Amino acid sequence: MTTTAPQHPPHSIPTPAARSNTFRTLLRLYPYAKPALPRLGLGMLAALLASLVALAIPQVLQQLVDGALSQGDTAPIWPAVLTVLGLGVLEAGMIALRRWFVLVPGTHIESRMRNALYARLQDLPVTFHDRWPSGQLLSRAVSDLNMIRRWISFGLVLLVVNFLTIIAGVVILLSMNWILGVIFLVCSIPIWIYGYVFEEKYSVIARRSQDQSGDLATAVEESVHGIRVLKAFGRGSFALKSFASQAEELRGTEIEKARAIAGIWLWLLLVPDVAFALCLVSGVWLTSQGQLSVGELVAFFATATVLRFPVESIGFLLSMTFDTRTATDRFFDILDTPNTITDPPRPVTITSPRGRLAFENVHFRYADSPERFPDLLDGVNLVLEPGETMALVGLTGSGKSTLTALTTRLYDVTDGSVTLDGVDVRALRRDELRRHIAMAFEDATLFSASVRDNVLLGRPEFAERSPQADAALAEALQIAQAAFVHDLPNGVDTLVGEEGMSLSGGQRQRVALARAVAAAPAVLVLDDPLSALDVNTESLVEAALRRVLASTTALIVAHRPSTVMLADRVALLEAGRITAVGTHSELLATSPHYKFVISSLEDEERRESERAGEAL
Amino acid sequence: MSVIGVEGEERLDYTKAESAQIRRRSLRLLGSLLFPVRWSVVVAMLVVVVSTAAQVAGPALIAYGIDKGLPALLEQDWVPLAATGVIYLVTGITGALLIAWYTVLSARISQAVLIDLRKRVFLQTQRLSLEFHESYTSGRIISRQTSDLDAIRELLDSGINQLVQGLLYMAFTGIALVALDGVSGLVLLVALVPLLALTRWFQVRSQHLFRQSRTASASLIVQFVETMTGIRAVKAFRTEKRNEGVFGKLVESYRLVNARVIQLFGVFDPGLILIGNVTVAAVLLVGGFRVADGQLAIGALLAALLYTRRFFDPMEEMAMFYNSYQSAAAALEKISGVLEEQPGVPDPVTPVDLWTSKGAVQFDNVQFEYQADRVILPHFSLTLEPGQTIALVGSTGAGKSTLAKLISRFYDPSHGRVLLDGVDLRDLHPKDLRRAIVMVTQEAYLFSGSVADNIAIGKPEATRSEIEAAARAVGAHDFIVGLPGGYDTDVNKRGGRVSAGQRQLISFARAFLADPAVLILDEATSSLDIPSERLVQEALQTLLSDRTAVIIAHRLSTVAIADRVLVMENGIIVEDGTPDMLISGTGRFARLHAAWRESLV
Repeated sequence: MTTTAPQHPPHSIPTPAARSNTFRTLLRLYPYAKPALPRLGLGMLAALLASLVALAIPQVLQQLVDGALSQGDTAPIWPAVLTVLGLGVLEAGMIALRRWFVLVPGTHIESRMRNALYARLQDLPVTFHDRWPSGQLLSRAVSDLNMIRRWISFGLVLLVVNFLTIIAGVVILLSMNWILGVIFLVCSIPIWIYGYVFEEKYSVIARRSQDQSGDLATAVEESVHGIRVLKAFGRGSFALKSFASQAEELRGTEIEKARAIAGIWLWLLLVPDVAFALCLVSGVWLTSQGQLSVGELVAFFATATVLRFPVESIGFLLSMTFDTRTATDRFFDILDTPNTITDPPRPVTITSPRGRLAFENVHFRYADSPERFPDLLDGVNLVLEPGETMALVGLTGSGKSTLTALTTRLYDVTDGSVTLDGVDVRALRRDELRRHIAMAFEDATLFSASVRDNVLLGRPEFAERSPQADAALAEALQIAQAAFVHDLPNGVDTLVGEEGMSLSGGQRQRVALARAVAAAPAVLVLDDPLSALDVNTESLVEAALRRVLASTTALIVAHRPSTVMLADRVALLEAGRITAVGTHSELLATSPHYKFVISSLEDEERRESERAGEAL
Repeated sequence: MSVIGVEGEERLDYTKAESAQIRRRSLRLLGSLLFPVRWSVVVAMLVVVVSTAAQVAGPALIAYGIDKGLPALLEQDWVPLAATGVIYLVTGITGALLIAWYTVLSARISQAVLIDLRKRVFLQTQRLSLEFHESYTSGRIISRQTSDLDAIRELLDSGINQLVQGLLYMAFTGIALVALDGVSGLVLLVALVPLLALTRWFQVRSQHLFRQSRTASASLIVQFVETMTGIRAVKAFRTEKRNEGVFGKLVESYRLVNARVIQLFGVFDPGLILIGNVTVAAVLLVGGFRVADGQLAIGALLAALLYTRRFFDPMEEMAMFYNSYQSAAAALEKISGVLEEQPGVPDPVTPVDLWTSKGAVQFDNVQFEYQADRVILPHFSLTLEPGQTIALVGSTGAGKSTLAKLISRFYDPSHGRVLLDGVDLRDLHPKDLRRAIVMVTQEAYLFSGSVADNIAIGKPEATRSEIEAAARAVGAHDFIVGLPGGYDTDVNKRGGRVSAGQRQLISFARAFLADPAVLILDEATSSLDIPSERLVQEALQTLLSDRTAVIIAHRLSTVAIADRVLVMENGIIVEDGTPDMLISGTGRFARLHAAWRESLV
């Protein structure tokens, strides 16, 4: 046994194709398991010793039975008992050693993989997360990795050791009497054949079952997050019906899985018993012919009994191995996903950004949008001079939010470029780019942390409490009109987010706005940040925001004239292009589309005159 | 403090009485889950008993073969040996077949129990009031239905099987040993003492650790899910590195707890083997002398040794049972707590049917408070005439949404009654209530599935043309056909690529498809752009003409289509009248309206 053993886990399945398949997948765990390999090897060695010791005990019995007991001599009984006792204690000691060597390093492997998965998921672009429900990701991060850890520190070790034990045991059986040994060996063949059939069937079912539970978890999440809708329409029972049919599918898969397991159990129990029955008859016959001593017969059955657990466990260990293979596949599904938005090999640095943001012939289309559709952004040209506040106006779905997401590379342009101070945003490290440009989203996400931590999220240097940090916090809260946080149970230290106080949509938007402001960026990108505020609060926020915007370049997605008023200039996004840029009044005068998009004044006047007419 | 329902769920310091109360509740739940499958359980038990007995017969047959078959064979009598061999084959085959059958049977039972439990928790989740959900948080109710159910699944899948088979195996092995050789049986009985002591020690030590392990994994999950659902903010504010630090710490503390659990097994498992091996040596000792004396046959000694050794075989796997049992018990305790919660807004016991509703809503001496000291809406009465369009105006926190939630029966009033066509909402059949009254909120949640599926939530049996008509009516049709797959476009997780405004249009279409007598719009147009809002307003004017509507909006443009305006402040309706009347007055609304008029261009 060497420390390289895990690279070549001996398999009990003889078919090369199937073996290499599962084998190659599991081999990919090597980089994570590498530091634990020496201890894994030592653990296997201890386990093997334990097995050999267990196999030695029947030999002592044979000596005793054939020597002393058959002659009625009691003298050798004590030494024999003490030898058995000694070997028994040694076996227990070796098993303790195996656990000590192997199990704790296994937890390190699990942790390493979990951290790697998390880091990878954070690195992957938003387009990836748009596609993958968080339930699917979660089951990979928790149960799949758990399974891999248990396999490495338990399944793999026992699989290797039990396999070797079976070989050693069969050799011992053969050396005692070749006929009995051959019977035992021949009877094991159906197990190996069935093992192959089992893999084929089981790995497919196991994967389906894992996927279906992931889907079921997603259904649960949706039924909870969408509870208001379900309640409003009284669709609880409707949701239950679709949930139940999904659960029903999972149940079908699980029962299919149980059938496969029952199949392998059948063989694993049947074969040793048939072998024992045949060995009993032939063993007794051989003894009657004088070809075997009674002591050897006793030792044969004692040895065969020791081998029973290793033989039976192979089935359980195999199914564990296939489950692990599936789990490993799922893990690498994510790690193998190529990251399309990465840091450049030779990043450029902007030491003191002035904040000139330019879109140059920017094209963008979502990867899954059909060919017959034109690019969502079809050649956008727009320049924001340093310190300028630009409002971005356009119809719902015209690509405003997508355009803002391009600035910090949440998505990458499919053609053209976005530049900051003349530098392509793709030439900067993402971390630096996002330090220069801060965003507030309409859909405000707060994390399970204090209000303070949420607001100062973009200022890692303020992680520790300091007067500067307090000042930045206070100013940002003041600008965003988020004074309400002082009335929360623990003021700015109140926990918000999923695990904390639930805030209203407007409150969350204000905290998120404060967060963008507190980041003190060169460029501020605000995606309709005031939509959930009432009129009074909105005008207060706008007044305060003006001060910040005087010195900061800002791109603001606007739906309302009041938001547009914050801007120096307005850009109109229409059919994937910027069709007009100018001050609000210029556009109002020259662009019918702008008037259509932003002005409700005429509607209002028409309605008022109608009402006046009715009143008359 | 009480432990009824989900109260005190996170506490670790239950008193004896509280623990007993929680355990009783879990057991009751377990009983009610097993009751429907009781006959399958009986069959499975019979199968496993017979199969285990068949499995245990082996060593005794070997003993018989050596002690009786061998001497007979020496006399040229094949019968005893052949009979032993045949019986061995038959028991072996029977045992294996029955175990295989039992595996499928027990999977059927555990899956039936699981699906029952899944449905019950799901249904209860839907039944519990919004108030409950707001305080219990979505993360916790989700983990009740996912990780807790997984813990129970694990117990049912393997834990119970191992326990039942293991216990039976040990019992039958013990019985066989006693029958074979009483003295060896006595030795085994003595060995039970350290065995039980070791098991007890393990149980006590592991209980605490498993709890810790579950807490550690829960915080891990929260951090993970939050990062993934808030990935845009994570990236925009460059918190990846810091998150890795936080997550790394959580991973490490989870690892440490796990390592401690594993170390516990590292003592328990070798301890079991030690006890087993010492017992084997003892049986050999007491047997050896008797064989030498001729009091015991050699085959019987062999069988005694085999039985003794095999007696301890299932213990290791049974010890793993504690692992799954502990977490499943904790999970069941929490789930039973959720199931015990009384819905704050319960369905009526004897529901009143209301086939067609006129849409007359009446607040009769209503007061609403969270706790007695937090009155949100002080005592008031109000009548909304059928067909009226009412605008609710006031600043954030004035109580507008609470009023709306009382009409839609998301909440029940603390005092007084809310009536629809003279029927107390609490007596109204839920299906009639939900058909008559629909509320659209600002947070327009989309479920995974197609756009058409999402609109059809308003009326599941709707045809495609009805769905399209509803979308057309609210001006959503144009953007929907512009989506890659039109009405069949998958909206992905949390409405992925559909913008906030588009989500609102879809949820509008959903409401119009439902065609309720009373429609409540709570900030339902906040994310729409002006042209869309214009379309919606126009649609509203025709669509609301024959139904009662309550509209809450910050933008006063909505007020224009209202027949009546209610201005709210601190939970009190301070102004009530037609828009013209209020605008021309000097009250709060007149000032608000003037300010808003200014902001228009």
